[in-house]
Amino acid sequence: MGESSYLAAFIAISALATFATRVVPFLFFEKHTEHPLVKHIGRFLPAAVMALLATVFLQRSADWQAQAPGADALIPALLVVAVHLWRRNALLSIAAGTAAYMAIQQSGIL
Amino acid sequence: MNHHAFKLTLPILFGYIPLGMAFGVLFTTQLDYPWWIAPLMGLVIYAGAGQILAVSLLAANAGLVEVAVAMFVLNARHLFYGLSLLGQFRGAGWRKAYLIFGLTDETYSLLTSRPRSANREQEQHVDFRITAMNQGYWIVGCTLGAVLGKTVAFNSTGIEFALVALFIVLTIEQLKALGDSFPVWAGAAAAALAMMLVPATHQLIAGIVLVTAVLLLHYRKYRTDTMAGDANRG
Repeated sequence: MGESSYLAAFIAISALATFATRVVPFLFFEKHTEHPLVKHIGRFLPAAVMALLATVFLQRSADWQAQAPGADALIPALLVVAVHLWRRNALLSIAAGTAAYMAIQQSGIL
Repeated sequence: MNHHAFKLTLPILFGYIPLGMAFGVLFTTQLDYPWWIAPLMGLVIYAGAGQILAVSLLAANAGLVEVAVAMFVLNARHLFYGLSLLGQFRGAGWRKAYLIFGLTDETYSLLTSRPRSANREQEQHVDFRITAMNQGYWIVGCTLGAVLGKTVAFNSTGIEFALVALFIVLTIEQLKALGDSFPVWAGAAAAALAMMLVPATHQLIAGIVLVTAVLLLHYRKYRTDTMAGDANRG
């Protein structure tokens, strides 16, 4: 196989495999949209996945070898929570936390 | 309304441009392909971690079966996302295929968290716009990274924290909307267990499988409780 046809096949297969993971629930559960179990999972899963993503990516953003392990990401994360509970403005909370994280990372103070 | 959708996607803009650029830079520095292949991958594959994995698979000249399996496994968490959107996407016509295609972690997060009116068709238009904007940011990021390559000079270190902050904000919003903290604690605990037990590449899918299993048990208990409640009332 030539290099450009390998690349074309590679991209097509990657695209199909990725799309397959996203389309499966719609192919197999469409008929069961009103089933109480599917509704239950559909209702509670987003909150669980959000907490899971926040936990995993927060852990990965932090430096656990630092003097104060994890503080470089945990402080901005707490700031996000505090600002969000205070003003409940998503953009403000995200901007505050991101600015704090960038300042900490770029200055290397922690 | 366009403005409204744009505002919702702003955190994604700040996350996707730098992450897309990271992919683009990796792409041009590791591989010997023309720059436009990077945005092309963002257009047709559209998966952050998947595309970064694709760079190493391409560099290793991996077999196509291996590519299919690796991509499927890496993105397997998406198998569960559609369950929350079955009703929302119903009857969306030609838009539906694109809405499903564009269901990344971040788009899923926005679409399942935003307030919705009873007008489903109108909401599907907003969903479509949000999905398209997010993919637009991603493609711009891929392009910038691939074109600028190693010459990227401005110090944006840490800006990708916008996505972590977005997930935190959306967790709080979900908590307020549900009025039940159980799924949040279950999700965080599943993440903690997965991080302790499995390597980084499989942590998300392990955590999601685990928390889905927990929600199945929760369903049985929840149902018994509601039925008992109904019986008491009746």
